[in-house]
Amino acid sequence: MRAIAFPKLANYDVPVLYLLSHVTNYKIIKPIINLNTTELGSKYSPDFVCAPFKYTLGSLINGLDKGADILMQFGGGCRYGYYASLQEEILKDLGYKFKMYNLVTAGHTDLKRMYRIIKEIEPNIKLRKLIRYGIISIMMVKYMDIIDDYIRENIGFECEKGSFIKLKKKMLNDFSKCKGLFHLRRLYRKYKRDFKKIKVDKPKDYIKVGLIGELYTLMEDNANYCVEYELAKHGIAIKRFTNVTYLLLKKRKLVKNYLKKMKNIKYKLGADALDNVYHTEYLCKQGYDGIVHIKSSFCTPEIGAMPLINKVAKEYDVPVIFFSFDTNTSKVGVETRIEAFVDMLKMKKEM
Amino acid sequence: MKKCYLGVDIGSISTKGVVIDCDNNIIAKEYIWTEGNPVGAVKKLVGILKSQVSSDYALKGIGTTGSARKLIGLMLGTDVVKNEITAHAVGTTSLYPSVRTILEIGGQDSKIILLNNGIITDYAMNTLCAAGTGAFLSSQAKRIGVDINEFGDMALNSDNPVKIAARCTVFAESDLIHKAQSGYEIKDIVAGLCRSIVLNYLNNVGKGKKIKGPIIFQGGVSKNKGVVKYFKEVLGEDIIVDENSHLMGALGIAIISKKYESDKVYSFDVSDISFITKGHECSGCSNNCEVLKIYKNGEMIDAWGNRCSRGVNS
Repeated sequence: MRAIAFPKLANYDVPVLYLLSHVTNYKIIKPIINLNTTELGSKYSPDFVCAPFKYTLGSLINGLDKGADILMQFGGGCRYGYYASLQEEILKDLGYKFKMYNLVTAGHTDLKRMYRIIKEIEPNIKLRKLIRYGIISIMMVKYMDIIDDYIRENIGFECEKGSFIKLKKKMLNDFSKCKGLFHLRRLYRKYKRDFKKIKVDKPKDYIKVGLIGELYTLMEDNANYCVEYELAKHGIAIKRFTNVTYLLLKKRKLVKNYLKKMKNIKYKLGADALDNVYHTEYLCKQGYDGIVHIKSSFCTPEIGAMPLINKVAKEYDVPVIFFSFDTNTSKVGVETRIEAFVDMLKMKKEM
Repeated sequence: MKKCYLGVDIGSISTKGVVIDCDNNIIAKEYIWTEGNPVGAVKKLVGILKSQVSSDYALKGIGTTGSARKLIGLMLGTDVVKNEITAHAVGTTSLYPSVRTILEIGGQDSKIILLNNGIITDYAMNTLCAAGTGAFLSSQAKRIGVDINEFGDMALNSDNPVKIAARCTVFAESDLIHKAQSGYEIKDIVAGLCRSIVLNYLNNVGKGKKIKGPIIFQGGVSKNKGVVKYFKEVLGEDIIVDENSHLMGALGIAIISKKYESDKVYSFDVSDISFITKGHECSGCSNNCEVLKIYKNGEMIDAWGNRCSRGVNS
């Protein structure tokens, strides 16, 4: 039996697995990232490539080792768009036999192209079936993102440690078994209620921090040493804009607005750089206490955005902390910087 | 019985400790090399400090900071474990309340802290790269055969520092070799190195930060007069280097530990505690967490790195 593998990104493997397992007859391999895959990924990657390349490559190698012969990659608006081709070459040099498809090329989600690719993989596919499960998967992503936003704002204040994560795991498990759109919506409403029921102890004047940066590192916990939870641990509400709903459904429209609203910027700056500068201003205006900017090292669009972010934040006197991640394994440095950042925000707030 | 408080700052290169009394006066201080063995270094350090403190003091608080703070906090049995940025700021402002900028260069990391009225308003710390830190200086000192303690004085003698790439230590080192091989005098190379540390720091960590006086320079590298000279030259401002500039972190954490004072009385006797850390990779699930277990006198007292309870029990 043939099998499909795709790289891991946060919890989005749940909807992708759901879609692929319903519209194709292949075995779908659940992607993972762990110390082993990271090590493999770094070993076969060029040195100065950004960390998402290494994580996804490791994730794909793991898939190939488990018997996959079809690989899927999802390109991006920066040089990530070329990663599928480069990874294909690297993996072929390693002696693997497979076919690689890049579903999103150069940052464009072309539905017709996607359909052609899926048709090539599974020639007998019915368009109706694909649309049905496609919509369910997209709704699943949307629901997951709404719930995640709620978790991010409240997890720092949970009374019983771990209750949010536990419920989220249960939710994802139920989502992966949903029987249709209505069932999914029922599940979503049920879990939304359940999440609201979790006891949180929010003080009146709590600290709010905005999280911006490069998309893969922002979304994948393994790539950012769980910065979100590290921050939340200190009793902080977190706001993050970047998620798949934003990137797939909202971004294209919004970016045009951003360009109009930002007087100093005349170009899109590549990938999510413009969005991040805009969000910096938004967060400052909304009275957020601090901004955390995360990127993988050598991420060119974000390097271009950083001075602008600094400038905007300085105007509003909001501190920004920048993190550059590569595939190193020690979390201590991150903890130190976060702790100091939070100490600073608390001192400022007390003033 | 008078009260005293112990602050320990365990860095990658050196371990610093101070004992203060109720009025933040330093009554004992010591500075030794960590040599890759934080537990051993702290045992030695606390032993030395004990001999400096007269017996009519009772130890009422302990605080730890620095990169091994968590481990040493466990070992010394204290909960006051704080990051070095806060500790440095607290320590420095206790001596210089009006300070606006703290430049800090240590063994493996460098940071800049901006303050206003004693409150940290902004800070930056080097990420990823250890360029422009003490480790680079000491390795280069070894390469050209100069004792690190003479480094600063040597640099002061030079009128013509060589230009060395100020971005990346790899490039800096190859620059350095070329300059040495083309016959530059050692003192000019040493001065060039000190200057490159300053430029590197300002390019990397100090980037985009408004550096206002009074400026205090601390951390191990602040003992290097050459680096101080070039900081003054490049920034065009006076730089204050306290005689205890290398102890500020330890002083800060000792002051912080005072705030957390309880009835508990601590002891200086740690030399006979056996303290072992064992690391292993948990194979409970696909996460493969790297779990660190800490044993005190043969008994496991904590485990780090595990995302669930499986890692501890395996």
